[in-house]
Amino acid sequence: MQYQSQAVAKPYFIAAIGLFIGQIVFGLIMGLQYVIGDFLFPLIPFNVARMVHTNLLIVWLLFGFMGAAYYMVPEESETELFSPKLALALFWIFLVAGALTIVGYLFVPYATLAQMTGNDILATMGREFLEQPLPTKLGIVVVALAFLFNITMTVLKGRKTSISMVLLLGLWGLAVFFLFSFYNPHDLVKDKYYWWWVVHLWVEGVWELILGALLAFVLIKVTGVDREVIEKWLYVIITLTLVTGIIGTGHHYYWIGAPEYWQWWGSVFSALEPIPFFAMTVFAFNMVNRRRREHPNKAAVLWALGTGVMAFLGAGVWGFLHTLAPVNYYTHGSQITSTAPT
Amino acid sequence: MSSNASSTAASEPRLAGDLAIWIFILAELGAFAAFFGAYAFTRANHLADFNAAQLGLNRDAGALNTILLLTASGLVVRAVQGALANEGPRAARWMLAAIACGLGFLFVKGAEYSAAFDAGVSLSSSTFHMFYLSLTFFHFMHVILGLVILAVLWHGLRRGHYRPDNMNGLESGAAYWHMVDLVWLILFPLVYVIH
Repeated sequence: MQYQSQAVAKPYFIAAIGLFIGQIVFGLIMGLQYVIGDFLFPLIPFNVARMVHTNLLIVWLLFGFMGAAYYMVPEESETELFSPKLALALFWIFLVAGALTIVGYLFVPYATLAQMTGNDILATMGREFLEQPLPTKLGIVVVALAFLFNITMTVLKGRKTSISMVLLLGLWGLAVFFLFSFYNPHDLVKDKYYWWWVVHLWVEGVWELILGALLAFVLIKVTGVDREVIEKWLYVIITLTLVTGIIGTGHHYYWIGAPEYWQWWGSVFSALEPIPFFAMTVFAFNMVNRRRREHPNKAAVLWALGTGVMAFLGAGVWGFLHTLAPVNYYTHGSQITSTAPT
Repeated sequence: MSSNASSTAASEPRLAGDLAIWIFILAELGAFAAFFGAYAFTRANHLADFNAAQLGLNRDAGALNTILLLTASGLVVRAVQGALANEGPRAARWMLAAIACGLGFLFVKGAEYSAAFDAGVSLSSSTFHMFYLSLTFFHFMHVILGLVILAVLWHGLRRGHYRPDNMNGLESGAAYWHMVDLVWLILFPLVYVIH
């Protein structure tokens, strides 16, 4: 570690791993409930397990993003973190709030939880992935803003690189798009629009920027290839991501009451969404092949190579299979299969 | 180009422009190809509707725009050649002329859009109109991006930034502009002319 304050990343990574294990456990519970219908009945109903499973996914990713930012930004900015104490305080606030929310999901019926937490003041609960009670949602905003303040101040006082700019763009976008979760209109079409602007613009927009920035950072470290070369690729990747990802949101508008042209726009642009992942893969392999040093951290090199491949196969190829409107009609439009948003 | 190339460069072909821009151009062409394919597929199933709606397009404006884009591409080539011959300021004037042609394209297309919107054409008025507006507007946005790139190149040429030993940026930007031109050369006959 070049800077002492980078150490605050450690608890974030530990928490992320712990929550990831939790996600797997609840995934297994649901899998078992498909096989053994009354498994854990009536303690953990399927819908509760699913909510815990998906919410844990989001929270461990957020912990991972934050930890990675705390680790990466001091090195990129060549300065200590603006406030390591704030980073540690936020860690505990976020962890405790997250744990309380999960406990609430598990031990209180969801409708009662909504009553207890002021959902009648501002109704925000009930939408997939955004099931968190109002206090948790507000907590997420406070933690995200304080985290962004800490990171942005660090960048401002130190060296400004393209990589940290892309990371900041991604992290700020993440916080801004979350605000749509507070608007829950009665009109079902509008409701779906705003919901997708959180879910889709996170997964297929700003999260990819964060991933791109982290990948670029790791590649510079492990390959020793010139920053200029790495940054040039990063620009190409984020442009491809934003163009395909933002207009590609249209693949969620097919059956929600939006105009028909979205079936074309959504199909064409979301079909191109694998391209930025493909570019990431080409980029990583290219850079590692041109490496000027043999970095001892083989795991980091493997991650840099593997993350693009896995994203290309999972999100890219798997997602492409049913992204075209005529195919999606059968997977989502007709509700023949269980709806899993991507 | 060959006059400046060293003997080693002459023996192995050199990629004009950066590999990253070529990946980007390929992605762009892929996007347009997907749209063109969708157009062709849909047109085959709605031939009469497409032919009738196509008559409402202003083919003269389309032809004028084709000339403007081709001229702009020719001028960009002159600018690149000028920079290769170490004639920065002269090359900058070629580039400025190319930018003027590009702006001309935007003006003609803007007038076309204005007339179309007055006539009640929208993304939902017919399938043909949906394709017409989507394809041309997507291309329109690329012309704007291309012009921003040309403006940056023009600025660089004026400052003498691009020389025979530093052509990467200029060639990359020029290649992008030629892509914008190439797409129009398919779009225009496909949407405006083929009946």
